[in-house]
Amino acid sequence: MTLYELPDGEIGVVKSFSGEMELQSRLVEMGILPGIRIRRIRTAPMNGPIELKVRDYHVSLRQEDAKNIIIVQ
Amino acid sequence: MNPGKVQPDKNWAALIGNPNSGKTAIFNLLTGLNQKVSNYPGVTVEKKIGKARSADGLSFDLLDLPGTYSLTPESIDERIVAEQVLRWIHGNNAPSVIVSVVDASNLSRNLYLTTQLADLGIPVVVALNMMDMVKDELEVDLDHLAAKLGVAAIIPMSATEKWGQADLLKAIKNSFNAEPTVDAPPFSLNKNIEQILGPLETFLRNDLKYTHRLARAQSLRLVARKSTLDVYQNTSSNEGTFSEPLLESLQVLREEVVEKLAEKGEKHRIMEATLRYEWLDRVLSDAQITIDKKLEETNFSEKVDKILTHKWAGPAIFVVLLTFIFQAIFSWATVPMDWIDNGVGWVGQQILRALPTGMFRDLIVEGVVAGVGAILVFLPQIMILMFFMTVLEDFGYMARVAFMMDRFMTSIGLHGRSVLPLMSGYACAIPGIMSTRTIDSWKERLITILVLPLMSCSARLPVYALMIGTFIPAKRLLGAINLQGVTLVCMYLLGTATAFVLAKVFSLFIKTQGRSSFVMELPPYRTPLWRSVFSQVFQRGKLFVVNAGKIIMAISIILWFLASFPKGDGQPTNENAILHSYAGKIGHTVEPIIKPLGFDWKLGVGLITSFAAREVLVSTMATIYNVQSDVDDIVQLKNAMRIDVDPKTGLPLYTPLVALALMVFFVYAAQCMATFAIVRNETNSWKWPLFMIVYMNILAYVGALLVFQGGRALGFS
Repeated sequence: MTLYELPDGEIGVVKSFSGEMELQSRLVEMGILPGIRIRRIRTAPMNGPIELKVRDYHVSLRQEDAKNIIIVQ
Repeated sequence: MNPGKVQPDKNWAALIGNPNSGKTAIFNLLTGLNQKVSNYPGVTVEKKIGKARSADGLSFDLLDLPGTYSLTPESIDERIVAEQVLRWIHGNNAPSVIVSVVDASNLSRNLYLTTQLADLGIPVVVALNMMDMVKDELEVDLDHLAAKLGVAAIIPMSATEKWGQADLLKAIKNSFNAEPTVDAPPFSLNKNIEQILGPLETFLRNDLKYTHRLARAQSLRLVARKSTLDVYQNTSSNEGTFSEPLLESLQVLREEVVEKLAEKGEKHRIMEATLRYEWLDRVLSDAQITIDKKLEETNFSEKVDKILTHKWAGPAIFVVLLTFIFQAIFSWATVPMDWIDNGVGWVGQQILRALPTGMFRDLIVEGVVAGVGAILVFLPQIMILMFFMTVLEDFGYMARVAFMMDRFMTSIGLHGRSVLPLMSGYACAIPGIMSTRTIDSWKERLITILVLPLMSCSARLPVYALMIGTFIPAKRLLGAINLQGVTLVCMYLLGTATAFVLAKVFSLFIKTQGRSSFVMELPPYRTPLWRSVFSQVFQRGKLFVVNAGKIIMAISIILWFLASFPKGDGQPTNENAILHSYAGKIGHTVEPIIKPLGFDWKLGVGLITSFAAREVLVSTMATIYNVQSDVDDIVQLKNAMRIDVDPKTGLPLYTPLVALALMVFFVYAAQCMATFAIVRNETNSWKWPLFMIVYMNILAYVGALLVFQGGRALGFS
């Protein structure tokens, strides 16, 4: 499944990335790489970006980009 | 910064850290220079140098660099750091020590940058900040960890609770003149990658004299993104650090390596980060540190965000907050404004008494005191706006606003991160335009810059305040809402709404370069450091008075001459004197153009002078009326405008409708030349600032025309 499909509040483990590579470099530099656990905290109002918790900090990401992060629950 | 400001041949240190790591707070703590504690990426754009002093009297320069997540640049702030670091690598006035500021409550991601810094061969001291947040949860052997990471020392401290700075200073001092660190790369590559990367590494080691460790790191960064190559090219084009053939070899080698890696299916873009984190996470787990211990826990910020970023409550709270701030600007500021108004009148009276009658006295009282006083009056409102902006920013709320607004902002061609620059635009367009640097997509950044001056800045506030205070009755609507406040909010809304519409229009015409994303940290909520908030508000206030004061003083004096000369022949009344003065002539020349907007020649003079800075309109009017009045007194500008009549018709010259048309003109007009100088710098061409001047002034004229003629047609006056 992808991070996009993960319900708010649930935890998943990053497996791999798909799609465009451009965003991936930044994500990996921010410590979001295969093997890391992610908790999806919430979705912004108006069905906006999502908020994630990873490595003891919070980060936001657009939903269309979350579709490119493959996870296992 | 320019390195020239740091004294050469002397020990000095550089502060580098992630955004929100408390870097600026440490800078303030060590240097005593009280500046901004940033809770939001993009605030510490300027590079700041201060003097740090240790207990034993040793003092050295400390440089504060913008916050960055990595030495591979993505945003402009990060490019500044990467270029600076590259200069250091090549021996250009490198610091003796790098202080790597790390947030102890978010260890692994912060240490990522630390390990990149440790590659450089410059001693690194880690300032392990925010220890107050982790309390005794981080009981590990820091010396052992320091050795593993290849840094000189790790010093636990808390900038908020103000402890640990003595130890930090001692560690920095101990590392001055320290032996260079080990040059073996901390992590190994698999045979395949090592072989492909080999030529690039060898080139960096032989031709650029890098250590093995640095060559490994830089070659991984070069293949990760083209931005690292750009850093080499930019640094060279500015300073000629590298020869043309060398840059060319670097580019060719990079392309070859990238191609070969891609052939083998190796993900060159994420290679450095993956390898580095794998190594770092292993080091941390060996040291008994869990990197995501609190993942399941719902912490304080998450609880607060359940309300502040709630689907419905979140945006509603934001709107209520904005309304409250604008109401506060009008109601809270009245008392100090009266004090200042009376104070200025009193000063004028004293000077009138102290100086003998004559031209010099007229110049001081009618030109300088009246002009400057008219601006000082608006200082309380500007300070109140600045206060709220600073508190919300330091609290961490602004990142949430960006988070909530991203969906809406992208729908109109902007970016979630456009919100903070646009809101800063309510204070002043210049810092707003500079803070667009955090938007990593060029198209969205450019559009944000193009529409940003439509956000009503504090320089318009004096104009709005004068017009509203004079011509809009202080009636209460529904018993609670002040009509004056509502009018003010309407002006802000008009500018904001127009900015949004135009952003959408521009986004249809400007081509995309690269893809936009919204990877943004949401920092934990923190109680603002009040000391820092007040000093920030004070600094901004001072800046406004000094900068605006200088321009206004000069313009007031020039204007006084223009309005007072030539002195008419015989004994004309003062009214006629100004009519025949230079200012009167200039005003009358433009009058036909602005007549359809309901503006007379006096406003015409004001519009011309306000091209330097908007608030000058107020002091211009004050000067004209003071020269015109025949009593030796500072005229209350509001009264003077209210009772002024058209000499031909005998009807009031300024009406609520004229006031509205003038305010609409000011919402749109491109007047502050400093703004366009900044846009030229940030976009690197005159094309965009010229475009802005044209479109904004067309909007201003048409807008004011519609209001005045439309209003008259509907029977208003």
